[in-house]
Amino acid sequence: MKIKNNIAVSDNGFIFNPASGESFTVNQVGLDILNLLRKGEKQETIIQQLSEKYQADKAVIERDLSDFQAMIKQYHLIQNEE
Amino acid sequence: MTAKARYERPLIKKLESNMPNKFGLRTEFEPLTHIDGVSVDSLIADYGSPVFVLSEQKIRSKFKAARQAFETRYPRVQFAWSYKTNYLSAVCNVFHQEGSWAEVVSGFEYDKAIRHGVDGSYIIFNGPDKTEEDLRKAITNNSLIHIDHLDELYMIQDIARETKQKPKVAIRVNMDTGIYPMWDRFGFNYENGQAWDALNKIMFSGLLELVGLHTHIGTFMLSPNAYAIAASKLANLAQRVQQKYSHEINYIDMGGGFSSRNTLKGAYLPGTDTNPSIDEFAEAITSALMNSEYRPKTPPLLILETGRALIDEAGYLLGSVIANKRLSDGRRATILDVGVNLLFTSFWYDHKITPAQEFTSYTEDTVIYGPLCMNIDVVRENVSLPLLNKGDKVVIHYVGAYNMTQWMQFITLRPNVVMVDLDGKPHLIRKNESIDSIENLEEIPTHLSHFEL
Ligand SMILES: Cc1ncc(COP(=O)(O)O)c(C=O)c1O
Repeated sequence: MKIKNNIAVSDNGFIFNPASGESFTVNQVGLDILNLLRKGEKQETIIQQLSEKYQADKAVIERDLSDFQAMIKQYHLIQNEE
Repeated sequence: MTAKARYERPLIKKLESNMPNKFGLRTEFEPLTHIDGVSVDSLIADYGSPVFVLSEQKIRSKFKAARQAFETRYPRVQFAWSYKTNYLSAVCNVFHQEGSWAEVVSGFEYDKAIRHGVDGSYIIFNGPDKTEEDLRKAITNNSLIHIDHLDELYMIQDIARETKQKPKVAIRVNMDTGIYPMWDRFGFNYENGQAWDALNKIMFSGLLELVGLHTHIGTFMLSPNAYAIAASKLANLAQRVQQKYSHEINYIDMGGGFSSRNTLKGAYLPGTDTNPSIDEFAEAITSALMNSEYRPKTPPLLILETGRALIDEAGYLLGSVIANKRLSDGRRATILDVGVNLLFTSFWYDHKITPAQEFTSYTEDTVIYGPLCMNIDVVRENVSLPLLNKGDKVVIHYVGAYNMTQWMQFITLRPNVVMVDLDGKPHLIRKNESIDSIENLEEIPTHLSHFEL
């Protein structure tokens, strides 16, 4: 899963989609995920990195990650994956 | 090893350009971690989740403020605690200690007041369903019987004739106060002359002592002016009785119905900002009485049967998050262990819900469901809350009125009810139900006691 290239992500969690004119905010964990996705990191790497930074079970992170990914997909922030 | 950062669910939120949205003007996530000095965590640890918590301090201060609002404007005021609003014995006794009489609407509530030690002459007996046995008891105890319909009037007259007692009665009057819907199913109508007719029947018979006039115009009323109209109409009846029979009515009972601080469903602004204060109701009622034509030697006692406005804010329901999920349209849903079985009033109110622990300032628009496997079990259709996790605790506010009487034993059992006293000490005032408390009432016919699968 990869974020569209034209999406702007600011350091304080402000997201702008120039194609649609929509903007969003994310919290810190959401911002970390977006940045890792932008780097093209794999699912396992993202979970590993978050579990090193935050106080949380991998199982919890994995569940929340897939929920978050579903939301950014719904907001059309994801590149089409064939 | 460096400490890891605190985890919070990842959140993405679309920014809307329009101003206030359907989730209300403000977020409600300011956490409430303690009730009268007792931590929510310890209350749940000691009494389980969910648990109802009542603040004795809040009940008393609310009562004192209400009494003051009326006593500073009118010389003779008496409150009567509306049992149906919350008839847990500890709650009733707080009101009785504060000087409230009892207002009851069934034989069950009547007996409860007697058991609490209320003298029969301080019990107001309202409602359409008083059995002959109830009436005989109330007459013997000198209670104040508020007649609802003619069949009741005739029954009381029969008992009076037979027992040679003179029952103390009032009639309940319904009327147009400009409020829709008009509660015309209780008592006798003012505009069409039924009320005047009933008063004449009572006075002609000579069997009963007409002591008062009663009305209760509705509940969660937002219009003080409706009370002014009602008070004028009762005073007018009293004046006509005085004129025609030279008989003075001792009291005017304005019933209950003042709104609490809750927010009615669909209201745009929170009830804490918009609902009239008790002073506004007091001003409307007392000025209408003072300005009326009714001029007895002593001003009639003004009785108030205020229920929800005196107890709603003293009640909290503590619960826990069972799970979070996503609905098909992407909305967040949170399931609590508190449902409409315990929170009957969530059918009327957008209850204020706050977390019981600190959070970051991120919030999410959420539907709050209860634990019942039933579609109706919605506690809040939409509320902005911080990112709650499984196991987090929440506080539902202003739940003291009607929930602890109208709750249902449905799917789950009813929980403990705790009262925090004036020294910040919690007391269990109603034990949680067990499967035994339910099954002890059941019987299984012998032929149904066995089966094989
Ligand atoms: C006769 C009577 N008095 C008092 C009350 C208490 O009303 P509230 O809780 O709205 O103040 C009620 C409630 O319906 C009532 O029926």
